[in-house]
Amino acid sequence: MTGSSPLLLFTDIDEPGLNTREVYERRGGYESMRKALAMSPEDVLAQLEASQIRGRGGAGFAMGTKISFLPKGAIDKYLVCNADESEPGTFKDRELMQKTPHTLIEGIIIASYAAGASRSFIYIRGEYVQQADALDAALAEAREAGYIGERILGSEHSLSLVVHRGAGAYICGEETGLLDSLEGKRGNPRLKPPFPANQGLYQGPTLINNVETLSTVPAIMKMGGDEYAKLGVERSTGTKLVSVSGHVQRPGNYEIELGVPAREIIYGLAGGPPEGRSVKCWFPGGSSSPVLTADDLDISYDFDSLAKARTMLGSGAIIVVDDSTPILAVALKVAKFYRHESCGKCTPCREGTNWTVKMLERIEVGEATPMDLEIMASVQEHIMGNCLCVLGDAMAMPISSLISKFRGEFEEHIEAARMRRGMAPGETNGDGALAAQGAG
Amino acid sequence: MSVKRYAHGSRVPGWDRAADLAKDPALIPDPERTEVPPALRAEIEAHMANYPDRRSAALPALEAAQRVHGWCSPEAIEQVACVMRVTPGYLDSVATFYDMLENAPAGRHSVYVCTNISCSLRGADELCEEMIRAAQGDEEINVRAFECLGACDIAPMASVDGIYVGPLELSDVPALLQDIRAERPVLPDKQLGRRPVADPRANSREYPLHPAAPAQRGRGA
Repeated sequence: MTGSSPLLLFTDIDEPGLNTREVYERRGGYESMRKALAMSPEDVLAQLEASQIRGRGGAGFAMGTKISFLPKGAIDKYLVCNADESEPGTFKDRELMQKTPHTLIEGIIIASYAAGASRSFIYIRGEYVQQADALDAALAEAREAGYIGERILGSEHSLSLVVHRGAGAYICGEETGLLDSLEGKRGNPRLKPPFPANQGLYQGPTLINNVETLSTVPAIMKMGGDEYAKLGVERSTGTKLVSVSGHVQRPGNYEIELGVPAREIIYGLAGGPPEGRSVKCWFPGGSSSPVLTADDLDISYDFDSLAKARTMLGSGAIIVVDDSTPILAVALKVAKFYRHESCGKCTPCREGTNWTVKMLERIEVGEATPMDLEIMASVQEHIMGNCLCVLGDAMAMPISSLISKFRGEFEEHIEAARMRRGMAPGETNGDGALAAQGAG
Repeated sequence: MSVKRYAHGSRVPGWDRAADLAKDPALIPDPERTEVPPALRAEIEAHMANYPDRRSAALPALEAAQRVHGWCSPEAIEQVACVMRVTPGYLDSVATFYDMLENAPAGRHSVYVCTNISCSLRGADELCEEMIRAAQGDEEINVRAFECLGACDIAPMASVDGIYVGPLELSDVPALLQDIRAERPVLPDKQLGRRPVADPRANSREYPLHPAAPAQRGRGA
């Protein structure tokens, strides 16, 4: 039951002044940092490894393992916090940064200590003006208290931190695109390997973690890695923030224990679709995750169960689409977004996203035949795995799943639109529904 | 905002501003002959000091210049290039990549209306059309359809000079535009900053609403 699960990140998050150091420390803030700095970096890393926390940004890679990939020794290492929260449907990091920015800063101090990084950056999307302002204010307080700077609290650990504001590009959430952008260039992704752990920012070893992952670090240090690992289910430990949006009665952020049934989140917490409507499909982890249907609502919401269902937990953004929405409008919206955000570097993504939009538009106006669905599905296959980054895949995965799960509806739409098109030029069919559907 | 595309529909951001090959490439501007407003120079230099490599300051520097000039005009780029000691061409390549950097003259106030999937499911496309229609002819207000702004909990929503407001109804549009024109906080009751988290278990007691943001970060401010 979600009702009995503990809250690690959202505890009294709306308490006035939590964004200030005074209130944050009164509630025990920065205690985890003191605890960590009194330990050896290896012991701190051991705690993070024991927690088995997996990255909260989308890929779900084990944080402790990621840190252990960084080369040892006295070289300049960097920590970059990915706060470029741009995956459609995701808005959890925004809540954390605005309401409790010191939690993130404390997490960065601890993680950088474990990783041996002496320079850190928060790359925040440029649209998050109020959140970046909150971080800047908190950072000034942390600096004043000596938590950021040379030899923090008399320890051997020194750390600089800069809040870097982006300027509007989804691709900068991709870790190597982010690094190029942070170096002051166009945000084009890089060829991997080398991975950022070896050659990242300014060619130095770089640890990149999401806001939520880093914000969880103080809680892990406080309770101990083993205790944290008892939360959730096997291979999906801990609590997770989920952003629920679309056709639900109470959209918003919820903190759940991993492994609760999705129905509990969509209906129990978010109230389900409006009266009289039902779930048609839902994206379990942002708009780039393959969709699930009403039949899948009892799935356990954790990394492995969703992977087994051939989709992904991604950023933890659940988008609910109810039965009043034509599936074509959903597909077109998704495809247009990725077409806009493709950086243009790799041909399969740049042209594949464009072709997909064009084919969907053909279906919309009645110029398509059922064979176009085959072609569209094959275009998706040619995008996947063929680019430097996964932006193209991020469109191909949901589009493929929409075609395979709602094939009948696509075919009906193609036929209906062709029938309408068959009418004499200028003759109106007296049916505005198609135009409304085409709004996507 | 209309995005320029190749004839067949795809694009590489900035492709439509190709270099004029008949001209010599522009060099790093001569500091003796380039006038830079002192406040802008100081801001850019402060950003440069934050990074091991000064070029990392490109985005914050262009953002600062855009605040002064209204858009990334050739003059704005020239000034940033002069302070950062990079070529204007380099900065042009950066400025054409990012959605928030304007490459043509734009109104002083930015209104981004999210039209991505979660907002669209709740009527954002109609809202955006209405907003564009209502602001038509007002050169100070730059209404743009925008990709997901990360506020699907208040869908459909818009960002007005960085202040998030929602959920918006079509009937909110006149008041929103009036607030912008009067340079006062937009729709204070609908500002995101005042909303408590949705999770009912997050707060052990009720807290007073967060105060509305006192000022707006207008572009000309």
